[in-house]
Amino acid sequence: MTKAIRSPGEAQQGYREIRGFASFDDPETLSYVDSDGNPKFELIRQTDEFRTLRRRLTTFVFPMTALFLASYLTFVLLSAYAKELVSTKVIGVINLGILLGLGQFVTSIIITLGYARYAKRRLDPQRTLLAEKIGVEE
Amino acid sequence: MPTTGNPVLNLSVFAVFVLITLYVVYRVSSRNVTASDYYAAGSSFTGAQNGVALSGDFLSAASFLGISGGIAAHGYDGFLYSVGWVVAWLVGLLLIAEGLRNTGRFTVGDVLAFRMKQRPVRAAAANATLVISFFYMIAQMAGAGGLIALLLNVTSKWGQAVLIALVGMVMVLYVLVGGMKGTTWVQIIKAVLLLLCVTLMSIFLLGKFGFSLSAIMQQATEMNTLGEAVLDPGAKYGFSAMSKLDFVSLALSLVLGIASLPHVLMRFYTVPNAAEARRSVVWATWTMVIFYLCTLVIGFGAMALVGSDKIAAAPGGENSAAPLLAFEIGGAVLLGIVSAVAFATILAVVAGLTLAASASFAHDVYANVIKRGDVEPRREIRVARLTAVVVGILSIVGGIAANGQNVAFLVSLALALAASANLSTILYTIFWRRFNTTGTLWSIYGGLGSCLVLIIFSPVMSGAKTSIFPDVDFAWFPLGNPGLVSIPFSFLCGFLATIFSKREPELDAKAAEMEVRAISGIGVRT
Repeated sequence: MTKAIRSPGEAQQGYREIRGFASFDDPETLSYVDSDGNPKFELIRQTDEFRTLRRRLTTFVFPMTALFLASYLTFVLLSAYAKELVSTKVIGVINLGILLGLGQFVTSIIITLGYARYAKRRLDPQRTLLAEKIGVEE
Repeated sequence: MPTTGNPVLNLSVFAVFVLITLYVVYRVSSRNVTASDYYAAGSSFTGAQNGVALSGDFLSAASFLGISGGIAAHGYDGFLYSVGWVVAWLVGLLLIAEGLRNTGRFTVGDVLAFRMKQRPVRAAAANATLVISFFYMIAQMAGAGGLIALLLNVTSKWGQAVLIALVGMVMVLYVLVGGMKGTTWVQIIKAVLLLLCVTLMSIFLLGKFGFSLSAIMQQATEMNTLGEAVLDPGAKYGFSAMSKLDFVSLALSLVLGIASLPHVLMRFYTVPNAAEARRSVVWATWTMVIFYLCTLVIGFGAMALVGSDKIAAAPGGENSAAPLLAFEIGGAVLLGIVSAVAFATILAVVAGLTLAASASFAHDVYANVIKRGDVEPRREIRVARLTAVVVGILSIVGGIAANGQNVAFLVSLALALAASANLSTILYTIFWRRFNTTGTLWSIYGGLGSCLVLIIFSPVMSGAKTSIFPDVDFAWFPLGNPGLVSIPFSFLCGFLATIFSKREPELDAKAAEMEVRAISGIGVRT
């Protein structure tokens, strides 16, 4: 690792946080910002904080995508290939198909709000944590 | 003729709308100087504002008149079609909005070329944007013709052509004067008006039937020749194996294509950061849910109060369901308002499309491919404005030529194209580190190309009575919508081309930057 010139202020803060206590060996390596104040993306990518963020994001969005696609396609396929079933009347003349369709609206809202909440509680704080460690503004 | 109410009233409500919005556009955009102002409204909109504008992009004439009409004519099948428009926002929310906002500035090309070789990828992205926007635009302009026939009682082709040209010119004016900021405000004003309109109509209808959807549907079945069968699937999409598969293909294009349309993607740049981009999709989802719930009520309400036969016989056919219902419950004034809003909708959507197309040409092709990034922002904007005029003229010509074509159909083709060319590429470039330039080019051109080829050889073009060329038959692809084949094909193309081509170690640094920026937002502002 080349010696990095720490930029004053923000970058040092991140540095102190990592080291925690005084140490004499190799003190200058862990700066995540180069001398011009640009983030060192390759280093940031390998931090635990970033990996946690990435993991939290992907473990939410990919299963959720699979879930809503499956639910939507089920509705579409039932409507196309199980006419008898979706034509079953449930409330008055409202049949199962209409209810399943309205159910898609409901699941869309639930997933949307669920993601907004998850992002606020699990993703955004982690982003702040990462930004503090690196010493740049988000 | 009672079905069109009073054309003079319709036209004056519309004229008032145009004047007010033009004034707003003029007021908000006096400082329209930097590229960021013109393309992305200086990223100054809030999530809520942009969310309403986003939904405004979809509350187009095709979906307002088309879907309420589809429900009024085909019951269940019309509703089935509307569901996809809501669910599709989840793709935008979960997979696209934040990563896109964090890595791009003005166009789709910004994101796709971020960590790839600039010129070929930008050119490919611009090609895709232009093709998709052109299809979508033709659909909107063709819809304008039918709408004019219905609302202003102009039946001669020449009269309609003149009005299409007028609509096109007002739209270009919005874009030239207002840029993204003006266009966004027009979308917001229009979306709010439209939402108010449909909500009030729905509440009125529900009140009339004792707040029972079942009662509305019950009466609707009595006014439809199909009787209760209209509440079951099949009235529109049919029962043959091919027509069912065609519907599944359409549904797939719908759910994956909406959040991949260039003019929608561009909207994510009008907000200051990823969190606001997320918020805007949340807003858009809410407004879309409310809107399509209302459409369900309005569609069945029109069937119940106006009757399917009368709708089918009216000028404009199915599309006239909502205006006819407005006339039935609110007389000429309500019809005038609904008509003006429907018109405004076409204006606003086409303005957004024009902006997306002109931005893509000026920013990706002119500034980055031809001038290799060395161009003054002022000059780039001048090129963008010039392109907007050219695109406007093309869309007027295309709209006049396509006048009378099936609008919903053209829209579904645009969605299939968007899902095929853009979605796979955006997802790979954000989430798959190994993805490279060759993979990008293959997934854009593979998706776009296969989609176009399948459209040309589908029953849409030839071989059926409803085809564009009914007298010849060169169709060998059985489905009207190619999405079922072309979307997976573009994913496969991108994957295989990447696996079988060399890594690009010289671009590793950019890949790391993109990954960090897309996911954490770090580095976006520096």
